[in-house]
Amino acid sequence: MGSADRKPFDNPAIEWVDSRLPIFTMINKEYGVFPTPRNFNYFWNFGAIAMVILVLMLLTGITLAMNYVPHADYAFNSVERIMRDVNFGWLIRYMHMNGAHFFFVAVYIHIFRGMYYGSYKSPRELLWILGVVILLLMMATAFMGYVLPWGQMSFWGATVITNLFSAIPLVGDSIVTWLWGGFSVDNPTLNRFFALHFLLPFVIFAVVVLHVWALHVTGSNNPLGIDTKGPQDTLPFHPYYTMKDTFGILAFLIVYAAFVFFMPNALGHADNYIPADPLVTPAHIVPEWYFLPFYAILRAITFDIGIPFTDIVFIEAKLGGVIAMFGSIALLFALPFLDKHPVRSARFRPWFRIAMLLMVVNFFLLMVCGAKPAEGVWVILSQIGTLYYYAFFLVLIPFFNKKEPVKELPPSIHEAVLKGA
Amino acid sequence: MRFFILIVLVVFLGMNYAFAAGDAEKPPQMDWSFSGPFGTYDRGALQRGFQVYKQVCSACHGMDLKSYRNLTDLGFSEDEVKAIAAEYTVIDGPNDEGEMFERPARPSDRFKNPYPNEEAAKYANNGALPPDMSLITKARKDGANYTYGILVGYEEAPAEKELMAGQYYNKYMAGNVIAMAPPLSDGIIGYEDGTDETVEQYAKDVTQFLVWAAEPELEERKQMGIKVILFLLVFSGIMYAVKKKIWADVKH
Ligand code: HEC
Ligand code: HEM
Repeated sequence: MGSADRKPFDNPAIEWVDSRLPIFTMINKEYGVFPTPRNFNYFWNFGAIAMVILVLMLLTGITLAMNYVPHADYAFNSVERIMRDVNFGWLIRYMHMNGAHFFFVAVYIHIFRGMYYGSYKSPRELLWILGVVILLLMMATAFMGYVLPWGQMSFWGATVITNLFSAIPLVGDSIVTWLWGGFSVDNPTLNRFFALHFLLPFVIFAVVVLHVWALHVTGSNNPLGIDTKGPQDTLPFHPYYTMKDTFGILAFLIVYAAFVFFMPNALGHADNYIPADPLVTPAHIVPEWYFLPFYAILRAITFDIGIPFTDIVFIEAKLGGVIAMFGSIALLFALPFLDKHPVRSARFRPWFRIAMLLMVVNFFLLMVCGAKPAEGVWVILSQIGTLYYYAFFLVLIPFFNKKEPVKELPPSIHEAVLKGA
Repeated sequence: MRFFILIVLVVFLGMNYAFAAGDAEKPPQMDWSFSGPFGTYDRGALQRGFQVYKQVCSACHGMDLKSYRNLTDLGFSEDEVKAIAAEYTVIDGPNDEGEMFERPARPSDRFKNPYPNEEAAKYANNGALPPDMSLITKARKDGANYTYGILVGYEEAPAEKELMAGQYYNKYMAGNVIAMAPPLSDGIIGYEDGTDETVEQYAKDVTQFLVWAAEPELEERKQMGIKVILFLLVFSGIMYAVKKKIWADVKH
């Protein structure tokens, strides 16, 4: 960020600012001439797409907050007032609601890209870890946001998820009471969730800044997973990727707009249009789709863990489920340190490639399991899915470290590109 | 890669379909004028539906989120809405002397609820609470078809099914037992425009009215959606061309 090697601008106004605060120099360096691998595929659009949705969420969220009332008696009706009586309130609300869904679509694809092409490996470990921090923050934000309309799923979802903490030995119940601010999910819970839901997106924004900063230190990975070796391998970010990203963002927005305008409630749950009622439990309490894989892992642990054939239990099933669920995210943090294989891209790792693609299938399998009642075949499928999820990180990846052959990589990006690889 | 994405999608959709079994019968899939991207409400059906709601359903079901002024959406004039509102008496106050008083409803008032409170509503209905109708079609899965289904889905209970007093057999209700007596029967409401006076027709009309109650913005939303999508299509088309042109002389 130094200004020592600054080139003066022709425009006097820009030059006046830039010589005092070299912000235009920085923009030009980071988004103008920034050397970017020339061989990105469309998977590299999703970071920019996530960024656009984040901004969209902030804008619609602030406007919603101007009309929302965070009180158990008024929250539901204040949302309906936004839908009916606030000018374009329905548009703002549906954009925000579906924006959350599409934020997860974009970020899950973005994470898949990172895993498939080995973007988490050295030197991008911290970049990856900051990404997982963003994912965790997004999950917390989405969970608390879903509570705000104070419908049946809001209330019962909050009850189920906060109750998970009661599985912690000794202090669990006290923690839950502390989280609730009372003895059940009630007005104090709604109040604090609103405060946090307002705050966290700004924290996410700050972490995204760090994330992009880290990216601009290491530079981007690419589908071949090999380092850039010189100017023949790269293109200036502008206009090549500014224009490609703009196209990608617009294409994504078409799908998003189709949901916002034509099926705004298709991804949600009808029960959330019933006002919260602590006396009536819905038949199925189901979280939003983006939590389902993790919910399935939570419910897959149906057995106590202890010494077999005795009554000694170390970990009760409920606690086991909670550990398995949080563990599944913790493994993402650990991924850069678990995978020691020298090749990044799955293109040149046939074994890892299959395991990774199965991981995607497994993610969808767990998603379906999470939506079904925890009984019969669904429990078994969830357990198989959970087992594979853990085995991928703890068995397959260490095994590949030792055994997966190291293929010969293309000498450089531009040579591979010229050969049409 | 592309091939793989396709396989994942097919497997996922397949699984969802194969296992999407529900508890009650799937409601009849009706052909509504408001479905699809170009859908709009049928003003005639909305007005008839309001008549059904007013003459039948409003005896038990409130619509707390609607005001009489909203009825102009159905094609009623302001004077007609004033007259409709004035048919109801609401409690207002306190006045200068601290007394509550009754007055005819105005367009700005909310629809009058048939019961003073939930307890009274339950007491009058064998302990079952008639849900508020303002959002009913959004508060049920496949809401419009479901609501229509409930209204036409009453049947003689099969021999093995025991019903208690005040319970009725309905093939579309979860568990097949509903605490609402069949509210409609042929000919109970006189339509002025010559439309059929059958249970099916009443059910269709009142369902459309309830969808409007839940989604009054539907027409505006869809019309705006068409424009937004067209704009995005054109803009992304242009950007695709721009991108192609810029990238034309680089191998990548
Ligand atoms: C005599 C009072 C009464 C009348 C009149 C009445 N209902 Fe109901 N309705 C009820 C009660 C009571 C319930 C609750 C049933 C239950 O929970 O089993 C109910 C439930 C419903 C439900 C919800 C079913 C569900 O999924 O929970 C719908 C939809 C409904 N009524 C629509 C209507 C419509 C439309 C009309 C007018 C044509 C109407 N009702 C007239 C008493 C009535
Ligand atoms: C708010 C959410 C996020 C935003 C706005 C965001 C933004 C970005 C942007 C703009 C880029 C550069 C463009 C690209 O490569 O796609 C990027 C790269 C990257 N992101 Fe994110 N990101 C988010 C979440 C995440 C998460 C949750 C992870 C992982 C857990 C992650 C991991 C990465 C990695 C590894 C890269 C470098 C990719 C490469 O060079 O191959 N990001 N991010």
